[in-house]
Amino acid sequence: MVHDMGSKPMRDKKYRFLSQPRRVVEDRRFVAGKGKYIADYDRADMAHVALMPCHLPAARIDAIDASAALDMLGVIDVVTGAELVAAIDPLMNGLDTPKVRRYPLAVGQVRYAGEWVCAVIAESRAIAEDAIEHIRLETTALPYVLDPEQALRDDSPLVHPDHNSNVLLDKKFVWGPVDDDFAAADHQLNFCVTWGRNSTVPIETFGVVAEWNAWEQMLDIRASVQMPKYADQIAHALGLAGNQVRVHYDIDVGGSYGVKRGIKHAVLIGYLARKLHRPVRLIEDRLENMRAGDAHGPERKFDVSVAFDKDGTVRSMKMRALDNAGAYAGRAPFQLGKPIGAIVGPYRIGSVAYQAISVTTNKAAQEAVRGFGQAPTNYALETAMDRVSAFLDMDRLALRQHNFIKTDEFPYLIPSGSTYDSGDYHTVIDKVMAAAEYPKLVATCNQLRKDGMMAGIGIATCLEPSGGNSSFEPLLNERNQTTTWMESCQINIDALGTVTARIHTTSSGQGHETLVSTVIGEILGIDPDSIRVVRPNSLESLPGNSPVGSRMAIMLGGAAARAAEKLKAKIIAIAAHHLQCDATRIDYQGGAMLSANGRHITWDDIIESAHRQIHQLPDGMDPGLASFDIMQVPTGGDLPKDGKVHMYPCYSFEFHLVLVAFDPIIGKPEIRSYTIGHDCGTVINPAIVSGMTYGGIAHGIGAALLEEFAYDESGQLMTQSFLDYLMPSSHEVPDIQLVKYCTPSPHTVFGQKGSGESGYLGAPAAISSAINHAVAGLDISFDKLPIRMSVISDKIAAATHHRSDSG
Amino acid sequence: MNITIDINGKNVSAAIEPRVTLLDFVRDVAGLKGTHAGCEHGVCGACTILLDGEAVRSCLILAAQAEGSQITTIEAVDGTARQPGELSVIQDAFCEAHGLQCGYCTPGMVLAAKTLLQHNPTPSREQVREAISGNMCRCTGYVQIIDAIMLAAERLQGRNQPANGA
Amino acid sequence: MKSASFDYVRPDTLDAVCSCLASHPDARIIAGGQSLVPMLAMRLARPSLVVDIAHIDELSAIRDDDDALVIGAMVRQATALSDPLVATHLPLLAKALTHVGHPSTRARGTVGGSLVHADPSAEIPLVAVTLGASLRIRDANEDFEFNAEEFFIGPMLTMIPPTACLFEICFRKPTSANVGTGFHEIAARRSDYALAAAAAHIEADDAGIVQDLRLAIGGISDFPQRLPVDVNIDLSAGKTNLGSNLTTAIDAALDSIDVVEDMHASASYRRRVAAELARRAVDDALSEIAQDLS
Repeated sequence: MVHDMGSKPMRDKKYRFLSQPRRVVEDRRFVAGKGKYIADYDRADMAHVALMPCHLPAARIDAIDASAALDMLGVIDVVTGAELVAAIDPLMNGLDTPKVRRYPLAVGQVRYAGEWVCAVIAESRAIAEDAIEHIRLETTALPYVLDPEQALRDDSPLVHPDHNSNVLLDKKFVWGPVDDDFAAADHQLNFCVTWGRNSTVPIETFGVVAEWNAWEQMLDIRASVQMPKYADQIAHALGLAGNQVRVHYDIDVGGSYGVKRGIKHAVLIGYLARKLHRPVRLIEDRLENMRAGDAHGPERKFDVSVAFDKDGTVRSMKMRALDNAGAYAGRAPFQLGKPIGAIVGPYRIGSVAYQAISVTTNKAAQEAVRGFGQAPTNYALETAMDRVSAFLDMDRLALRQHNFIKTDEFPYLIPSGSTYDSGDYHTVIDKVMAAAEYPKLVATCNQLRKDGMMAGIGIATCLEPSGGNSSFEPLLNERNQTTTWMESCQINIDALGTVTARIHTTSSGQGHETLVSTVIGEILGIDPDSIRVVRPNSLESLPGNSPVGSRMAIMLGGAAARAAEKLKAKIIAIAAHHLQCDATRIDYQGGAMLSANGRHITWDDIIESAHRQIHQLPDGMDPGLASFDIMQVPTGGDLPKDGKVHMYPCYSFEFHLVLVAFDPIIGKPEIRSYTIGHDCGTVINPAIVSGMTYGGIAHGIGAALLEEFAYDESGQLMTQSFLDYLMPSSHEVPDIQLVKYCTPSPHTVFGQKGSGESGYLGAPAAISSAINHAVAGLDISFDKLPIRMSVISDKIAAATHHRSDSG
Repeated sequence: MNITIDINGKNVSAAIEPRVTLLDFVRDVAGLKGTHAGCEHGVCGACTILLDGEAVRSCLILAAQAEGSQITTIEAVDGTARQPGELSVIQDAFCEAHGLQCGYCTPGMVLAAKTLLQHNPTPSREQVREAISGNMCRCTGYVQIIDAIMLAAERLQGRNQPANGA
Repeated sequence: MKSASFDYVRPDTLDAVCSCLASHPDARIIAGGQSLVPMLAMRLARPSLVVDIAHIDELSAIRDDDDALVIGAMVRQATALSDPLVATHLPLLAKALTHVGHPSTRARGTVGGSLVHADPSAEIPLVAVTLGASLRIRDANEDFEFNAEEFFIGPMLTMIPPTACLFEICFRKPTSANVGTGFHEIAARRSDYALAAAAAHIEADDAGIVQDLRLAIGGISDFPQRLPVDVNIDLSAGKTNLGSNLTTAIDAALDSIDVVEDMHASASYRRRVAAELARRAVDDALSEIAQDLS
């Protein structure tokens, strides 16, 4: 159910296509099963790859004997890490940790259970799997470490002995007068919460097909990928020139939500295609994906102190975030950096001390996951708000409202250097409380309690920093001077007058074609459904950074709008020339006509002039109707100074209000009511934004209650199939009431903000809040996600037992 | 072994190893790529097809077991009556409600919906929830999928038709 | 995730199945395949021969044998669920079947396959144990039967010899007109294998005196087990709250069971929840009878 609560000012109807309920262009092919996914890409003579894992968490590789496998009919080759290390460069790593090298296959040493030690290439996937069983792997087990605190200790086994430490990153920031604020505050409290290792786990695993054309010296890559600078990274690792790698963007990706980085896969398969002179394909099976696909998300422990006054004013916060990156660096450490851009959430917290520590352990490598570290941080922040409320015996919502940044305080500079663009948090709260009928919700909660159930109301407010930039890279690594994070779009109007736009990324369900056609249609005043959007390959593309950091509405939408404005200006100039008036006098009326002084010229006339009649064009104007735009992130571009940097341009807001109930013995949380207020500025396609928000909440429900890449004490991943890694089904996701509100961003073309991470950023905090609210009377709390039903029941039983003993 | 399976009204014959699943047969032998592999161990539902009219998981069936059965895949969701580019009522409702994002689970969802609506033309939201509970979606949170199936049910009953009759 | 190679046969008589099994010691029968195929895919099962029993007609029948209902091993779970005889005579099985997997797995999964697979959390074995079903088996042209209570001996482990085939399951019909049943299970997600499950089948005479109380639990130990509960229950004055007698009896019965533990749930959780579900199952069953009597 969607409540459209309008905007401030109330949504105007100035848009013809934007913000209107319109179908999503991509859906037509998908409902017919006509998406083009990587596994659908067939090539004659294609070789297939399966990967042999080592099941020890840490081991020296003494020998790999593949002779029996190589003798099997249909087996083409077996490649080991030792072969790769001689032929390719290590994968790129944004941190300054040169001794933490990562290759697609284990080199010399295995660093987590399931790590790939060799690749088998065969005429079919089944034969490749058969062959793995005939490879003899000799290893010597080594000591291993799984716990991040233990990994920090001097006596810990080292995951990368050459690096001489398990620490990838340990940065301390102090923003503002933290010590003074703590000294001046009436109270302070400390707590620890832990975010369990989960991920987005798309239903499609990662896949890649590589083809090497020796005559053209060209490596063609097709992959189910969502990775900035993918072609560059592949070329770098394989020692190829940038224009020898051609990544095809017209692959539909079966879900990603940040995680499908696929760089080690593409480097491996690219290497094999060159070596074997055959198309080579790797489609991860689910076990490869779960164990070793570089697809796990953050696993993070927070130690938090907050300083606050009697009236509920939260003055200052100290946060130590210890993240278990797993065995290799990847993008994991940077996921401690992005949350710096919203480290105080929607609150006026005046000073913050933040320590970000990333350590290696003998678990699978972590990669980027929806929110890039923001959801765990929001969980810690919101727990702080609940704990302060409990300490002061103050209403949890009132405390938040008391600390909110007020509408008239925007733009608002937070201590860590980012400036929030806009927001109206108080109004969103009011509208959600009304839509959810809060007094009734409280009454329902109380009634459930009377009936013997545990019931609690959960609340969470948080921000979604959007418009993805990478200023956390120079912030965490001074040698990394990246300040550019552009996106681009090209538009061409052909001689028949139809419009084609080119975008330069793969899509994984975000509806980029709909986004771009809607934006261009809006500006040119023509039906978006008549505009075709194509995704060419990387060599035909302008630079971009793919849909990371909730950025495409802002960045791709921005680039498309700017390119369309350039075209529109040219059309107007042609019209003005025809009509012999100043361009400012032209009344552009979309695709139909342009008029001034009662005279008019049709779209067809403009096309005719631009394509066939240069004599009709203004002097010096180039023929044709084409434009492009390469757009830098609004407000981005500065290097950090004094440990501060402005991070993302836009800040979407969300408020979750949930009612959770469970039987005290069974302990299974049921979500009885879920309302979310969501303000992501001007919405481009309402159905896409709603869908992403619902999906983000579902993902958050999983993170809160069900999903974890859990390892046992011997370092084995216990949840390596869908039988144990539990994702919410339709039973576990309730109907959700969505209250939309719009506070436009001043930094974007239409006032749009990002929404690709919405829902997920606050749902885990809200559900945790509700469960803790339910058990507050027992003086127990749950401080680790996921909160498993058995743990709930066990803890309640222990508390009740303790009470009856002592009472 | 040589086997023949009726897929979308056509007999598809091939010599295959007995270990080939119906999923791999549909994709690799029949060349119908709309049926997707998600987990290959029977949990996610992305490989859902209709076997004798009922939604089943093609990764949990050996191709050899399917001999003598009629298989329907997303490519022929409404029989063979429709032209390429023409959507069935259920598919159209998925578009109308945007009951999908990346599209990977969508063929399975559409077929699960089709089975449900055959047995129960007027399901409640809870019944829809149960019918698709074996089909995982990571994009949508299911809300708009359930909306889509409810809409399809209405339209198949002749109600809530699109204004232009499309 | 592709199976190792195997051969496949599709006999059309039960005796032919038995001779295939006799000649291939590591052969596996495939019925619906909903449990076997994923085990093949993960190479946890590696038979040299897979014997498909779907083409033996008599295995797919549900037969009314006067005082018993006999369900062929190959009867699909969905078929059993929609069968009027099952609904009439085996209400507990009908209830439990709605908890088995999803509609799309019930369309293929079979009653017999689930029993022989013997997952400790599975619903159909729990019902069979509760009702004391007889599992009829053929081995080398010889038929014999096991009571469900003695059939299950461990996780995925039964008394069936590797050369034998389960061909039908005989469920005794209730002897009383007043029958109540209850089935409860708990899993992290509704359709998953249960962390704990309980089934109750109760029969009372026309005066409302309970004559037969059958209660069993699943999911918490290596196989489903009866909980012997010896309590006198009189529903002649309608149903009252379950006495502490029953709760005590259930707890006592559970005390003798070895409860398993894994990452999803502790042993204490399983024990606590099994007791609660057992109470609820009995409560449901008694309510049904009380309603019928009133």
